Amino acid sequence: MTQTAQERAHVSAPASGITLSRLMPWIIAILFLLIMPILFGSNSAITIMNQMMITIVFALAYNMLLGQGGMLSFGHAVYMGVGGFMCMHIIRMVEKYGIPLPLPVLPLFGGLFGLGLAMIIGSFSTRKAGTVFAMISLGIGELIAACSVIIVVFFGGEEGISGDRTYGLPFFGIEFLQQKEVYYLLAFWTVLSTILMYLFSRTPVGRMANAVRDNPERAEFLGYSARWVRYFSFCASGFFAGIAGGMFAINYEILTGEQLSLIQSGAILLITFLGGVGLFFGPIIGAIVFTLLQTVLSLQTEIWQLYVGALFVAAVMFFPGGLAGVLMMHVPAIRLGKLHLLIVPYIRTLVPAVLCIIGVAVILEILFHVRHSAPGDNEMTLFWITFDSHNPVAWAIGAVLALGGFWLARMSAPDLRDAWHRANTLDGGAA
Amino acid sequence: MSFKTKFGVAAALALSVSATAVCAEEMKIAFIDPLSGPFASTGSNGLHQFEFAADKLVNEKGGILGGTTFKVDGFDNKASPQESLIQLQVAIDQGYKVIVQGNSSGVAHALTDAIEKHNKRNPDSRVLFLNYAAVDPALTNDDCNFWHFRFDANADIKMDVLTDVIKDNQDIKKVYIIGQDYSFGKAVSAAANSMLKEKRPDIEVVGDELHPIGKVKDFTPYARKIVSSGADAVITGNWGADMLGLGKALVANGFSGPVYTYYAAGSGITAAFGEAGKGVIRLVAEGQLNPPPNDQVVEYYKAYKAKYPDGNIDQPRIYNTIGFLSAAIEKAGTADDVVSIGKAMEGMEWDSIFGTKLMMRAEDHQVIQNMHVLVHTNEGVTFDYDNSGFGTVTESTIDMAGMDSPTTCKMDRP
Amino acid sequence: MDLVVINLIDGLVTGLLLFLLSSGLTLIFSMMGVLNFAHASFYMLGAYFAYQISLYVGFWPGLIIAPVLVGVLGALVERYGLRRVHQYGHVPELIFTFGLALLIEEIVQFFWGKNIVPFEEPAALQFALFNIGGNAVPAYKVFMIFVAIAIFLGLLYVLTKTRVGMIIQAALSYPKTVEALGHNVPLIFMGVFGVGTALAGVAGVIAGPVLGTFPGMAFLLGSIVFVTIVIGGLGSLFGALVASLLIGWLTTFAATYNFEFASILTAFGMERPEDLSESYLRDLWVLTLPQIGPILPYLLMVLILVVRPYGLFGKRDA
Repeated sequence: MTQTAQERAHVSAPASGITLSRLMPWIIAILFLLIMPILFGSNSAITIMNQMMITIVFALAYNMLLGQGGMLSFGHAVYMGVGGFMCMHIIRMVEKYGIPLPLPVLPLFGGLFGLGLAMIIGSFSTRKAGTVFAMISLGIGELIAACSVIIVVFFGGEEGISGDRTYGLPFFGIEFLQQKEVYYLLAFWTVLSTILMYLFSRTPVGRMANAVRDNPERAEFLGYSARWVRYFSFCASGFFAGIAGGMFAINYEILTGEQLSLIQSGAILLITFLGGVGLFFGPIIGAIVFTLLQTVLSLQTEIWQLYVGALFVAAVMFFPGGLAGVLMMHVPAIRLGKLHLLIVPYIRTLVPAVLCIIGVAVILEILFHVRHSAPGDNEMTLFWITFDSHNPVAWAIGAVLALGGFWLARMSAPDLRDAWHRANTLDGGAA
Repeated sequence: MSFKTKFGVAAALALSVSATAVCAEEMKIAFIDPLSGPFASTGSNGLHQFEFAADKLVNEKGGILGGTTFKVDGFDNKASPQESLIQLQVAIDQGYKVIVQGNSSGVAHALTDAIEKHNKRNPDSRVLFLNYAAVDPALTNDDCNFWHFRFDANADIKMDVLTDVIKDNQDIKKVYIIGQDYSFGKAVSAAANSMLKEKRPDIEVVGDELHPIGKVKDFTPYARKIVSSGADAVITGNWGADMLGLGKALVANGFSGPVYTYYAAGSGITAAFGEAGKGVIRLVAEGQLNPPPNDQVVEYYKAYKAKYPDGNIDQPRIYNTIGFLSAAIEKAGTADDVVSIGKAMEGMEWDSIFGTKLMMRAEDHQVIQNMHVLVHTNEGVTFDYDNSGFGTVTESTIDMAGMDSPTTCKMDRP
Repeated sequence: MDLVVINLIDGLVTGLLLFLLSSGLTLIFSMMGVLNFAHASFYMLGAYFAYQISLYVGFWPGLIIAPVLVGVLGALVERYGLRRVHQYGHVPELIFTFGLALLIEEIVQFFWGKNIVPFEEPAALQFALFNIGGNAVPAYKVFMIFVAIAIFLGLLYVLTKTRVGMIIQAALSYPKTVEALGHNVPLIFMGVFGVGTALAGVAGVIAGPVLGTFPGMAFLLGSIVFVTIVIGGLGSLFGALVASLLIGWLTTFAATYNFEFASILTAFGMERPEDLSESYLRDLWVLTLPQIGPILPYLLMVLILVVRPYGLFGKRDA
């Protein structure tokens, strides 16, 4: 499948007791989450980080299917969406009837409803894996998304349903008026769900999901029902997707049919794959990178989706392990203490490669500007430089950067390959 | 749009610069609409019209209040309510005081709701929401709030205008209503039914149906059904590809009666209808282009076409929005205090070059203006759309349409 | 009755158009085991290429040139993209085509903008060929029917009667053996992929003028094509034909008849409440068949997959 044997070995490395070094990444991550709002205090930065955390939980939940269970779903947004819609109805009921419910427990309800839906759908969709499962998920996704405009009572039609999170019981005096308070609430749920999902992957069911993914027949011979293993993974994934939906409801205070759409389901597939399906933390990287691309890059350029599309296709073609896979490729070199061997070749290859990409981007931006801007409006600004887009010099600079960078990167690629080989080889021994 | 600003936004995100005081010389207006994806053409065309109106009406005249200029920046919401809320937060952090948005009532609902909550929770960074095209009546009825102002006639007012025209056309005996299956399509259908019943009880509604939005590949079956129902006229709220598909299928299947629409001009649709839609497609809109009501419009349009030869001024309401806002700022005497600006706008009257007076109704923040029913044709067209030779010519005008229309709005004022 | 006949014709047009797309897709699937998500994107490229060509030399040359261009492009994608990803397994392959679909949509917007482009049917075919009960049948639709049938017959002939077809059929079942016999199997794969995408290109050229040529056209049709071949049975050309016609007629008739769901509720002994706004079932009381017409194929697919995981005519598991 998608991972190399090396990566797979990492996923299923035996968990032998709790040691400090095992806890270290978690502690660092938690500290990191705690200090982020102090470093980036503006409301917009916090809004973006909230979005990231929601995406992280959703992507991790999705990867329970794709990465750990080998099940490709084209309609997973419905579990997050339905969980979110239920939470929004609960928020509205709290507002309307004064039900004494503190806001922080809300994602749990989202999870339960996500779980409920997954239990119903999974009862027939997980009977087969592969294309049958993928197509049923597509069909169910499309059906439920279509319901969002038909069943207005529940989904609120096009404008969706909205509520006010501040009507719940104050939680230790916090009313969740400010984005920062919401941030810490979402951070708590992100950490909790991530830990739970990690622990799930260590349970016998989680392990069997890997086995069923790789060789369902053999798993059956060992006495495990492949179907039930898939069903359990599916339900667990639906539960955590529902939690993400609850977090979404708290953060945005609105749920619309968009959250159920195939576009959302497709996006989460991209995010998860981009981050890396073979590793537990892969989707986290994917979620962070994608959210940044979506919110920040889209402010810089109108053709950001073109870049994202190209990045995605390139990732599938050249790095099927995703960004996390690329990072993990360096673990053997670090273990051997030879990472320093790679630094110079990396600089010599990557700097020209980056220049090449910038050159291509320059040409694309100029081309786009020439084709789509108002005639006479020749002035464009790129990388803080304002110039005339019809000036051949600009084109030439872009072309020189692109071709020159490509050539240089190609020239030094053999060195890098060589250095890579050395860095991953034991001293004195054969590879 | 200015790339410099966009870098500014990014830098601010990275460095977490919190909201800085708006400098007195600049009124920053955030345009939150789709600039990428399937609806991007409508969005970027609207942004151009906003930038142009701000330049012509305010900046080239040296600004208002002795030097305050307008600056309109685009924020891409990708037509998604969720992304709109993120961009709203970014804009507020950057010190934007006015939010303009128009495409999709769903997004408008999300924004008006979020802005109301934000203004309640953060009294020092309040913003105004000027809605230039989202026409769901609920926005100025049950879901109204002080911060939202609508510069387009809402769906009910537009239907009022259309049915006034239908009322006087004695050839129409049977009407077919078709729309997209969502809140707007349903609002159009409900308004058409009740108003026709009131104004022309003899007209028979031979069909009233909804189709899934953006999912119909071929409108032929619908057109067949409409033709065989014997309808003399069709009323539809469809827009975009659904409008084009329905219109083309109707014409191809031999329907020749009037098709009364809301959104069937510009953005490539006029060009795509071309000869086929001539004399068939009618739409209700504000602002008259053909024949031009006065020389100012001619001058304004020519200047716009000189800058954007591929563009259309298909939304005169954008000009109105900017003009009205600048007049309100001068009346309030401040560009910083949005509450004063908002209060100045309530009940204010302002004359637009497009041959109409605008009045912002205080009780629900719905603008009242002259409305027109236009016909798609190539005769008597001074300013065409999509450079196709085809454009829209005014057929009839209703003065100050919907002046007495009821509202259920109960507004809390700050 | 007239309406039934006219609906049969309209459904046939929709169905045959779907068949042009699904035949290529199912051929590619049966050969290479890859579900090509970008298939509808090649359909879109066909329409845009033909539009660009029609600006210079008119419609008819585009009918030939555009599909050829699309086919060449498809073959290149197979050679330099898919073949590389193939080694990682089926899921990355599927994801690759998924990404490719997004990328092609962006590229189309990059060059042709986001508006609908005015791609028109040729003037020679812009007339009503005949009338049935006041409903005109445009000549262009009849032309579409003939093109689709001609392609189906041609495909059938090539696959069953020619040497190339035999090799392809053999490579379907026993690629290793065919390779051992000295045939260049990768080249056959590339050719099949090229032909499959070219067929999608033909569909794009003839559908562009009637269904509109705009960047969302691939997305609108994309998942329906999948549904078609899954219902018909993956890898079955005959199944693709049956499923295409089935879906064509299903959606056409569903759009025509205003069947009200209220009658089902009444049949269950429920009474329509006076004030609908209070009822939790108010949406069902006012629901009509045309509202759910376009999602019926999905419902059909889910039901079929639950009962028969290999589709109507498929021989192996999907």
